[in-house]
Amino acid sequence: MTAVTERQQLAYIANQAADMRVNVELETEGMTLNIGPQHPATHGTLRIIVKLDGEQVVAADPVPGYMHRGYEKLAEVRTYPQVTTLVNRIDWLGSFANEVPFILAAERLMDVEAPPRAQWIRTILFELSRIANIALFLGDMAVQLGAVTPVFYAFRDREYVLNQIEAITGGRFHPNFDRIGGLKDDIPKGWVAETKGVLVKMREFCDELDELLMGNEIFNARTRGVGVIPPEVGLSYGLSGANLRASGVDWDHRRDSPCGLVYDKLDWKVWTHPDGDSYARYWVRLQETREAILMLEQLLDGIPSGPIMAKVPRIIKVPAGEAYVATENPLGEMGYYVVSKGDLVPFRVKIRSASFNNISIVPWVLRGVYVPDVITILASLYFILGDIDR
Amino acid sequence: MTSQLAVELAYWQQTILRSVGVIAAVLLPAGTIVYLFLFKMMSFMQSRLGPNEAGPYGSMQLLAEVGKFLQKEDLVPDGADRRVFTWAPIVVVASTFLTYVVVPFGPDAWFARIPAGIYFALAVSSLSVIGVLMAGWSSANKYSLMGGLRAAGQLIAYELPLVLAVLGVVIQAGTMDMQGIVAAQRNGEIFGFGGIGNPFIITQIVGFLIFLVAMQAELTQPPFDMPVAESELVAGYMTEYSGFRFLLFFIGEFATAGAFSAIAATLFLGGWSVPGIDPDNNLMNVLGPVVLLLKILLIMFLVMWFRVTYPRFREDQLQIFAWKYLIPLSLVNIAATAVLKVVF
Amino acid sequence: MSLVPGVIKGLAVTLGEARKTVFPDGFLKPPAPSKGAVTVQYPRVKEDPTPRARGVIALHEENCTACMLCARECPDWCIYIEAHKYLAPPRREGGKPRQRNELDRFDIDFSLCMYCGICVEVCPFEALFWSPEYEFSEPRIADLLHDKSRLADWMTTVPDFEAYEAGSEAKVKKVPR
Repeated sequence: MTAVTERQQLAYIANQAADMRVNVELETEGMTLNIGPQHPATHGTLRIIVKLDGEQVVAADPVPGYMHRGYEKLAEVRTYPQVTTLVNRIDWLGSFANEVPFILAAERLMDVEAPPRAQWIRTILFELSRIANIALFLGDMAVQLGAVTPVFYAFRDREYVLNQIEAITGGRFHPNFDRIGGLKDDIPKGWVAETKGVLVKMREFCDELDELLMGNEIFNARTRGVGVIPPEVGLSYGLSGANLRASGVDWDHRRDSPCGLVYDKLDWKVWTHPDGDSYARYWVRLQETREAILMLEQLLDGIPSGPIMAKVPRIIKVPAGEAYVATENPLGEMGYYVVSKGDLVPFRVKIRSASFNNISIVPWVLRGVYVPDVITILASLYFILGDIDR
Repeated sequence: MTSQLAVELAYWQQTILRSVGVIAAVLLPAGTIVYLFLFKMMSFMQSRLGPNEAGPYGSMQLLAEVGKFLQKEDLVPDGADRRVFTWAPIVVVASTFLTYVVVPFGPDAWFARIPAGIYFALAVSSLSVIGVLMAGWSSANKYSLMGGLRAAGQLIAYELPLVLAVLGVVIQAGTMDMQGIVAAQRNGEIFGFGGIGNPFIITQIVGFLIFLVAMQAELTQPPFDMPVAESELVAGYMTEYSGFRFLLFFIGEFATAGAFSAIAATLFLGGWSVPGIDPDNNLMNVLGPVVLLLKILLIMFLVMWFRVTYPRFREDQLQIFAWKYLIPLSLVNIAATAVLKVVF
Repeated sequence: MSLVPGVIKGLAVTLGEARKTVFPDGFLKPPAPSKGAVTVQYPRVKEDPTPRARGVIALHEENCTACMLCARECPDWCIYIEAHKYLAPPRREGGKPRQRNELDRFDIDFSLCMYCGICVEVCPFEALFWSPEYEFSEPRIADLLHDKSRLADWMTTVPDFEAYEAGSEAKVKKVPR
């Protein structure tokens, strides 16, 4: 991988600045464009008000909230199993991943630890949902750029992963499988062998995309040097996940604070890229998918035997206290701050969702870019509306 | 044309025959291209089946779509310039019909034999740019206007490589008459071997590739479809069109694709002639169109293959590609052809 | 850096996929796109969902004691239960009459149901079961309210519980037939 040199970055910025000077001289008037709530480029109903000067963006303002469903308020009147069901629907592409930090926070409040078998299977499902989520991103960013075929391969190969999640949990998109103290049920016979077959297909998918897109000169021309986010800026805006790792920051909750998941027993690495442009974000996510496949092979081989659920009372009343647990979700860092007053229902649940912070950088990163690059940058930042608006 | 027919036809009867013939010549390749490549080949490359309910293997899907478009409401936006709005798709489709006029389908099956045939074809194919601008301007929609301007810029920029690539063929054939070019390929020899004639794709391979790329851009197909796909929102200059008017644009797009492929097949692949069959045989008047259709499909296969595989260029990258790479390359091609023509 | 430019490799990928779709068994057999494509031509061909798939909920009425736990725990409140108490004859001669609950009404409104499975999970008497049936769409929303008899009909479609993978300590439950 070649790094975009500082000279190239400076040349790009100088080009933009020169164009803007010309525009000012010619007095082309500003136009306000609404990349409105209904738009094929945004993953749902996000509105971005963009002020243009000719073809360049002068200011950009994201207006989220069109999909606000009131999760945090709903959580105040729902019992813990009911909140687990609701929370599936925040990041609906990698849905098991939403349940995990909430359950871990509740387990911390109850001072219960899930048995090792449950922790392993939780990690397996966590990584499977990561593959399902990022496979869709790999196809979706291609279709935003105009390549119509990778998205079909992404959906086709994602089906296999969803079938495996359905075989164990009963639901493809909303598994509702994590419980305080363990998991709802154990894995059915033959699931491990089937999942290994699916991993082979996913590896072929990653290789196919590598050949189809990564070496493609047009793809490179559209994404290299576009939307460069320096690491300090990314950290100050609260970016997380692959967006931050693509800027060179070595930040991964799975390695630093696994708490309840078994990442410290696996042999894996964290992928970073020094460039921080859209190509880097795509590249990091592709490598993360491959890494998830490697982790799953190790995980599937080493499931310990034992019970699937710890001893918890039938009616769950979580003792008073507060806990915050953040995990490395497919979209970034997702955290739940659970405050309990010893009741059947939580007193307050604050959801720190990755995409909300990820799009806070949109005004900064969209200054001075051309309109087609707006689509590229938004696609590479990869947000899901359910995650922004909750 | 009349001397070969058994019955002596009056001029008005010939005119009707020619009119029906040109409509068939325009719509038949367009329909075949849409079904075979857009519906089916694209689907197979995406691991899916494509339309397979309307007719056997989905062959009647285009007829069903035509029927669907015909029964839609005819909308003209409030602030639109009505007359320009109505005439824009007609201008685009008219330029396609005019391009087909000079393509020879057989030794005697042609519509008009113009001595500067290829020059005429390239000239009238540029008329569609006016149609696109008319559509963008009259739609009373800021985004259609910008899409139309982008499209006009792209189409004009890629006219030049198109014309320059053809110049190499003209130099090699020695004539601008399309029948003459077919004859030059049929009668030519490759280093003394006359078995398959001298299809210009062999010596003019650079010109062929430039023509293919420029054709892709002239048709606003991916990777050159910035005017259509992302033009701020919907469908660029075609946004405000619905029903029959949109059908004209849609069929016009693929009929133009067929027209350019027919020109490419005539210039580079030998047109309607088949090596081995005597060209003056009356059979070639029937077989020639079939052969030409097969060659059109071969070239369209390449165009649609590129369409399915590549992401799209940004507008400025597109223009840089045309002006800084394709035009100098085609100028070099012309110079090399001229030199080699004199030497050999 | 490879010698073949990326644009050419991309063309090879799409052509390879087309080959896999049209000639799934190689070029010697005739083309079979229906077999090579991943499209499942519903409704002529129907895929079987996995046995655990959450399609529709079935009720085994003999086990239900109208404890109302499922109705209470449902996040959407889509289960409607009405029951009355009656005195059943004593089990042995000379004993006391037993007080039993009898269901009058047990409706699940599938237009509200989230298919989360909390009701099936909390039922202490194992009266509710998941069935993988998914073809019960109706033209009218009101018809999506399945009453007691319809829920009992779904019991015939409930598959047996599967065996677990090696290393599991869970016991396979039985479906009452």
